[in-house]
Parts: sequence; structure tokens; C-alpha cells
Amino acid sequence: MSRAALLVLADGRFPAGGHAHSGGAEEAVKAGRITDAATLEEFCRGRLHTAGLVAAGLAAAAALGIDPLVLDDAADARTPSAALRTAGRKLGRQLLRAARATWPSPELSALAAARPRGAHQPVVLGLTARAAGLGPEDAAYCAVYESVGGPSTATVRLLSLDPFQATAVLARLAPAMDETVTAAVTAARRALDDGVDALPRASAPLLEIGAEAHAAWPVRLFAS
Amino acid sequence: MHLDHATTFPERHTHSAEPLRADGTRRALRIGLGGPVGSGKTATVAALCRALRDTVSLAVVTNDIYTREDADFLLRESVLPPERITAVETGACPHTAIRDDISANLEAVEDLEDAIGPLQLILVESGGDNLTATFSKGLVDAQIFVIDVAGGDDIPRKGGPGVTTADLLVVNKTDLAPHVGSDLQRMARDAKEQRHELPVVFQSLRSERGVTDVADWVRARLAAWNAA
Repeated sequence: MSRAALLVLADGRFPAGGHAHSGGAEEAVKAGRITDAATLEEFCRGRLHTAGLVAAGLAAAAALGIDPLVLDDAADARTPSAALRTAGRKLGRQLLRAARATWPSPELSALAAARPRGAHQPVVLGLTARAAGLGPEDAAYCAVYESVGGPSTATVRLLSLDPFQATAVLARLAPAMDETVTAAVTAARRALDDGVDALPRASAPLLEIGAEAHAAWPVRLFAS
Repeated sequence: MHLDHATTFPERHTHSAEPLRADGTRRALRIGLGGPVGSGKTATVAALCRALRDTVSLAVVTNDIYTREDADFLLRESVLPPERITAVETGACPHTAIRDDISANLEAVEDLEDAIGPLQLILVESGGDNLTATFSKGLVDAQIFVIDVAGGDDIPRKGGPGVTTADLLVVNKTDLAPHVGSDLQRMARDAKEQRHELPVVFQSLRSERGVTDVADWVRARLAAWNAA
């Protein structure tokens, strides 16, 4: 694997649309569940063990070469909120565009042809990692980091939270991120033999409900 | 005034940025409108739609900062049928969505053409931002920067990427100049200094001439695009 390619893909500046999404942080801020660095950390820890783990499992499985269309259905089944399914596909479509321009590959083109309205973002992420010569761990790390990095930068904008504190939150979560990646990749390898039911399916009901409420707001800073 | 950039429409290699569609026909010309908050971008877009809609098949993408207000204004004013107006959400960063990460805007542009068939012109309006906000060449083929006389007559002198490099600089609300103490001749002199041969239009949408000069410029770009 190329460590440098991993940095390119994991960079928050990778132009795949993530900047317009808060990962549920905007709703949680308004509901009073995120008010400072400590509550941001708890919010991110919750995401890590639910949405982050599920995304990492799907990304690792796609990087291992499991059929992306089967994984796309598996992602649908793991996302109860219609608003989140829409956001996930939108982000997947944006990532696919960026990925095809940066690491052109027949697999990425085939997925774009099969899912012109977008496949779920973690599936595209795994396939992108594959196209970049990266492995399942790399794909899982990108998914896990994104699942907490997005809410963290969004909270800096939403609460004017000290950016140093927000970054320190991410650093404190690093050991938990490592564990999540290990669990996700182990499950993805199992899915090679046992099918996609072996992939993580942790759910965060409050994130799902909050996403539905957020999608109906007339005034908001973030798309989700 | 119609001296333009030396290279009119350079080749690009971003998906959906290529000048030809998959079937070999030329895709819609995309023109971006940027500029500070309140300078009259949405009013200019509305006036352009009215001026061009009878002869040009066009659509609009708005980039609101935290609401759908610009899109809603255009809908309310009925400048175009509703299916020809779409809004992109920008996550508190309007300049990111038009320059650093253009993926959502490219999608909006593609979706418009998917939904209503081939278009000749798509206007992409940025959310109100600052003097450094410019459009990526991967998103638009030409850009208009809109400032107004009430924002201070020193803006052309201060320059910045928008004022200096936009394909067309529009100085809007000239009717307000006497009321806010703005010196239009000084603005014209400063703009010339910053932009050299690039065109500048002074406009008041309340005057009889309205958006005519900008509409003429857009028509000229459209003719160049179709001839390229």
C-alpha cells in the first residue's frame, strides 16, 4: 500500500462534498446535546461505535472486492432514515466523481454506470481505496475518521468552538478509532465467506430520528 | 469593452466539465455570478433570465448560505419555470462549494440537464461571500463578479481575485452613487488599473437600460461557446 495515497484520500480537503454535511452535529447542537468539547467527544464516541463502525465495515468489504452493488443494498438495510439514505447516496455520488478523476478505474466506472444517482458513500469509499492501491484497513480508517472528523469541524462552525479543542477531541478518540477499524476489518474478512450479514449493523436511533427532523428544517447551515 | 481573456474556453478533464456531452453535442455554457452579500447577484440573475429566456434555453443553480431564499426569490418572481431553478446547500462555506469542492454544484448542473433536456446556458449564482471568492474552472466557463457602489467606492482599488480576474466585473446600483458618496469615475479608473483590458459594466437595474449590457456580454459568450 501507499501511505501517501492514504493521506490524499483521508484529507478533509479531498473534494467530495463532505464540507456541507455535519454528521448529525447541527441537529444535536440545536437540541442541546452538543454544547462544548466534552459533549462533542461523547457525540463522536457514539457515532464511532454506530455509524462509524457500520461505514468502516462496508468500506473495508468494498476494498476487499465484495460486490459493491450487494454492499449498496446492505447499506440501505442498515440506514433506517430516508433522509440519511439520500444524504449517503448524494455523498457517494460526489465521492465517485472525485475518485474517478483522481484514481480512474474500471470498477469505479462500472459502479457509476450501475448507480448513476449514487451508491452509498462508504461503499464508494472502499472501492476508491481499492483503485488507489489501498487495503481494507486503509478504507476503514478513512470511514472511521470521517465519521468523527465531519461533526468536529461542523461544531467549530456551529458553536464557534475553539478549533484546538475540537482537534484535541479527535486525538483523544484515536485509540477508539483503532479499535473500531480492527472490528470492522475483522467483520469484512468474515463477510468474504459468510456474506454481507456478517458486516456490522449497529444503529443509533437518535441520529436517525434527528436526521429526519433536520431534513425538514427551513433554515440550516448543513445539508445533513 | 468586449476584450476578454486570451484563452476563451481552455480544455479540462473533470467529469462533466468536458465541453462535449457523451453524445458529442456541446453541453450548456456555464456562467458563474459571485460577489459580496447584497451587491445584487440575485437581482441580476432574475433580470438576465427575463432578458434571455425567450431566445435561450437556460436554467439557474443557486448556492444559498443557510436557506433557500435566493432560489425562493427567483421562484416567486417567476423568472423561469420552477424545474429550471435548483439550490445547492453549502455547509456555511459558499466559496468552498464554487471553488475548492465543486462536486455538489456539478451534480446540480447535471441533474438540471437530465431533468429538462439539453440546455444552452446555466447560470450558477454563488452565495454572498467576500472579495476573494472565485469560481473553479472545473465548474464554470466564465464568471461575473458583482459589486455595488454602496459597498464602498474603494473596492475596485483594493482588488482581490474577484475584482481582478473575473471575466466581467459588474458595478451595480449606480443610481445610489450620489446618495452614498461613491465616485463612479474613480471606481472606473481603479477597475481599469486592476483589470487592464478585461471588461467592466456599470449598471442600475432601476434604469431603463437595466441588465442590457450584461445580457449582451452573456450572448457574446454564448456565441463564442457555440462557435468553439
